[in-house]
Order: sequence, then C-alpha cells, then structure tokens
Amino acid sequence: MGPTLKDATAIAGIGQTPFAKRLPASEKALACQAIVAALDDAGIAASEVDAFASYTMEETDEVEIAKAIGAGDVTHFSKVGYGGGGSCATVAHLAAAIATGQASVGVAWRSRKRGSGPRPWKNTQVQLPTPGQWTRPFGLLRPADEIGMLARRYMHEYGATRDHLFNVALACRNRANQNPAAIMYERPLTREMYMTARWISEPLCLFDNCLETDGALACVVVSAERARDCRQRPVYVHSAAQGLPAQHHGMVNYWNDDPLTGPAWTAARHLWKGADLGPQDVDVAQIYDAFTPLIPLSLEGYGFCGRGEGAAFTEGGALEIGGRLPLNTGGGGLSEAYVHGFNLINEGVRQLRGTSTAQVPDAATCLVTAGEGVPTSALLLRS
Amino acid sequence: MSPIVTPTTDNRPDSGADLLFPVPDDDGAPFWEYTARGELRIQTCSGCDALRFPPRPCCPHCQSFAAHWQRMSGRGRIWSYVVPHPPLLPAYAALPGYNAIVVELADAPHIRLVGNLVAAADAPLNSVEPARLRIGAPVKAAFHTLPGGVTVPRWLLERP
Ligand SMILES: [Zn+2]
Repeated sequence: MGPTLKDATAIAGIGQTPFAKRLPASEKALACQAIVAALDDAGIAASEVDAFASYTMEETDEVEIAKAIGAGDVTHFSKVGYGGGGSCATVAHLAAAIATGQASVGVAWRSRKRGSGPRPWKNTQVQLPTPGQWTRPFGLLRPADEIGMLARRYMHEYGATRDHLFNVALACRNRANQNPAAIMYERPLTREMYMTARWISEPLCLFDNCLETDGALACVVVSAERARDCRQRPVYVHSAAQGLPAQHHGMVNYWNDDPLTGPAWTAARHLWKGADLGPQDVDVAQIYDAFTPLIPLSLEGYGFCGRGEGAAFTEGGALEIGGRLPLNTGGGGLSEAYVHGFNLINEGVRQLRGTSTAQVPDAATCLVTAGEGVPTSALLLRS
Repeated sequence: MSPIVTPTTDNRPDSGADLLFPVPDDDGAPFWEYTARGELRIQTCSGCDALRFPPRPCCPHCQSFAAHWQRMSGRGRIWSYVVPHPPLLPAYAALPGYNAIVVELADAPHIRLVGNLVAAADAPLNSVEPARLRIGAPVKAAFHTLPGGVTVPRWLLERP
C-alpha cells in the first residue's frame, strides 16, 4: 500500500469576512482579512505559511497575498480551474502537498466581489471558444439558462417538479434564517413567494438562483499531527477527489451521451474509493447550490439515492435539520453567500467542530462538494 | 484564448441589433461554411465514421485526425428548452418570451444543437408562443442570415 491521503491532513483554521451585497474593501483586502482570520483561528503564525491554493478565477494571486500577510518562503502553490468546480480541490491540492512533504502549512482562499461587480456572463468576449460559438448566438447566455436547459430535461425524464426545487431552496433558506452571518438571516421564504417569483430562465425562478455577494473565506490545512496541537479541534480530510468525466462539455453538457450524469458521478467514484465510509455514513452535506437543480443531480451522483430519484429524495423534510440528509446548514450559495462554494467548506468544518448555527447533533462526517455541471471536486471531512 | 463571439456593431433597429453572432474557430469554420449554403452538416471521422459535435481536431474513438462533414436531413426533436427572462443583454431583453432550445437530430440523436424555435426562418426569436414549446416535438431546420453575414440554423415545428 502506497501513501494515502486518508486522514493524513486536517483543516485547522477557518476565517471569513462579512457577506454583503456591497463591501467597501477590495478583493485583495478581503482575501487578506479572511486568511489572517483563519490563521488566527488555527493559532498559526503567518510566517509559517508555505503553501497556497485558490481558483484560477481568483484575481488576487499568491504573490500579493504572501507579501501582504507576511508568509515565509512558499514551496507549493496551485490554482484550480472551472469557477465553483474548484472549491474543494483547493483543499485537496494542499492536502496532497502536505501529505507528500512539499509543504507544511497551506492556505486555501476565495475572495469575490460578485455582488458589486459586473455579471461575468456579460463579458461575451471571454466566453470559452467552443461552447460560445454553439450557444451564445441563440440567446443561451447565462449559467441560469444553461442549467435551466438540463433542469427542464431532468423534470421531463423523472417527473421532478418545481415543488422539488422549492424543497431545496427552502432547506437552504431555513438554515440561513438560523445563521446571523447569512445574507438571508431573518428573511424567511414561503412556498407562495417561490411559486410567484419572477422567472430568470424558465423553468428556473429567482429563488432557484444563488445570491450575488461580496465576501471572502479561507481555511488552513496542516498535517493531522500538527492539527492536534492547534487551537481548534481538527477536521480531517478523509478523502478528496476531482472529476472531469469522459466527453464532458462544461456547463453545456448536452453533447454528452448522458447529459444528466455530470461530474458529480466521476468525483464520487473516486471519493468513495479513497474512503472508509460510504454515502450512508454521511451525517450532514454541503452540496454546491449555485442553482437548485444541482442538488437532485448531485444527490444521485454522490450515491445518496438512485438515478432519477434525487427530486423525490428532497420530499418529507429530508434536507432539513433532523431529516435524512441535512443540507447546506449555513444557508449555502442560495441563502448564505455565493463565494464560489467556499462557504460550504467552512460550514462543513463548523459542523464537525460542533459550532454550526444549525448544528446536526453529533455530526462526525460531512460531504462537501464543488460546482456540479463543470469539472468538479469534493471532500469527505470527518472529526 | 482568442475571443470567438463578439457583438455585432450593426445597430439598425430592425436588424436584430446587438444580438450575438457566431465567430467560428478553426474547428467550427466548416459548419458555418455549410450553413451559409443552407446545409446542415456534422463533422464525421474518416477513420471510424463516428459523428462528433462540437467539432474538434481529433476523433475521441479512434484518434484519427481525418474528418469530413456529413449532411444531415435537418429533422430533429426538441430535447429541452428554456425561456430566458431579464437580466439579459439588451438585444435579447428586447425579445420577451424568446426561447432557446436543444434539438436532437433525427439522424444521430446523440448530436444535439442549441438553437431557436421560430415561426419562419427570418422571424424574430420570440415568434413562437412559449406555450407551444414541448419536449419531443418534431422540428426541421431552416436557415437565417444574421446582419453580420453569418447564417445560422433555426428550427420550425413540423406541425405548426
Ligand atoms: Zn474515429
């Protein structure tokens, strides 16, 4: 048996800025605030940081971060592509680097001013060449349109309804209502609000879409051994995976033989292969929710139910606290903040520390996933 | 990465001003050359005869770099559709109730093209009532030349 990632590293610190539609600080300043907070949470000096990982879409690079916070010599740095698909992979890359001795203290982060910045789809000049040519001229312009297309087909094939999508939106909103840091704290959602909301891209309405938020988050990854001497209870990286399926086409996966089995399926196979646990052992899940239909698709991909059963899985309060699989307990991208899914990582850590504002009693295992619909990644965390 | 989709600069109010038009890349160029002639053709491997879309340099089945473009019947079915609402680029917001559809080709159902269902080849993108859209509805290709000079396939209901 060769080296394994299993429980070799742990998340020792988490940090974040406030979330708001508009924050005055720059993305760079927000990134530094979140990272300094995460190091403080871990009780580790900035001068000990020797590894960085973020998304290719992150606009503050590690050179700027390292000199701003006062990092020491850095021996590992990586960036992961595909927007929200990269979230969990940032931690996975640090875990791999630390487990193999390339570094000892890693920081992963994401800083984003989506709430006050331009909508990325408006910049048609930088669309990926291959899909852009075949989709944009026909008015398939935004991620909501691209996922709406898959959602309509999914509803048609499996009898999923808007009520199922509402179940997802409601579970996230209910958790955000418990989380003072969430944008949607104290702002309840009702079925009537959902059903009468304006369309964004039929069949998706306003509440099927994530928030547009400013904010930054970070976490600190160290060896399991080191983590046991840190300020907080360690949260172990039990398994990690990335997934880019054969013949995958990104957000417009319509050209795949089977467009409704997305990257989650590929990431899941590798994630469970590297784990001592299976889907039945997961106590709480933080599943990437830029759009509500990603939840049923991911529930199927990660093996919580069979093919076509993801919508029905959401019935009967299954995603609520006390349900079969409590979901996005900070409120998720739909109702806490949309920072390309990094808030899901930090919330997973809080659950396993026992400090969530919507704590699942005795939670010992948490699945965290990155953007479904693009090359993705996932983490299985345990206490 | 070179930009391949750019807005038109044609701002005549009746010309579909500021709708996006396809800017072909090397692999896609033949598709648009054929649509300019009113032909719907799909890239086909000359080694193993497998059709592939979107076009690309190499066959994913046999790794052959030799390809030709096979003519399709232009018949298909609606695989899925959306009706986008604002916030949208202004030219699309000016066409309330327009649709974007995915058509699976009758000749090769795993080849699916994004397009628009319209009442006639040159009709506006919102010329079909959204209530008439239905997954599985048979459609046929028609061709429309955009103000920028590129010809795109559009889709008409077989049974209007
Ligand atoms: Zn071939």
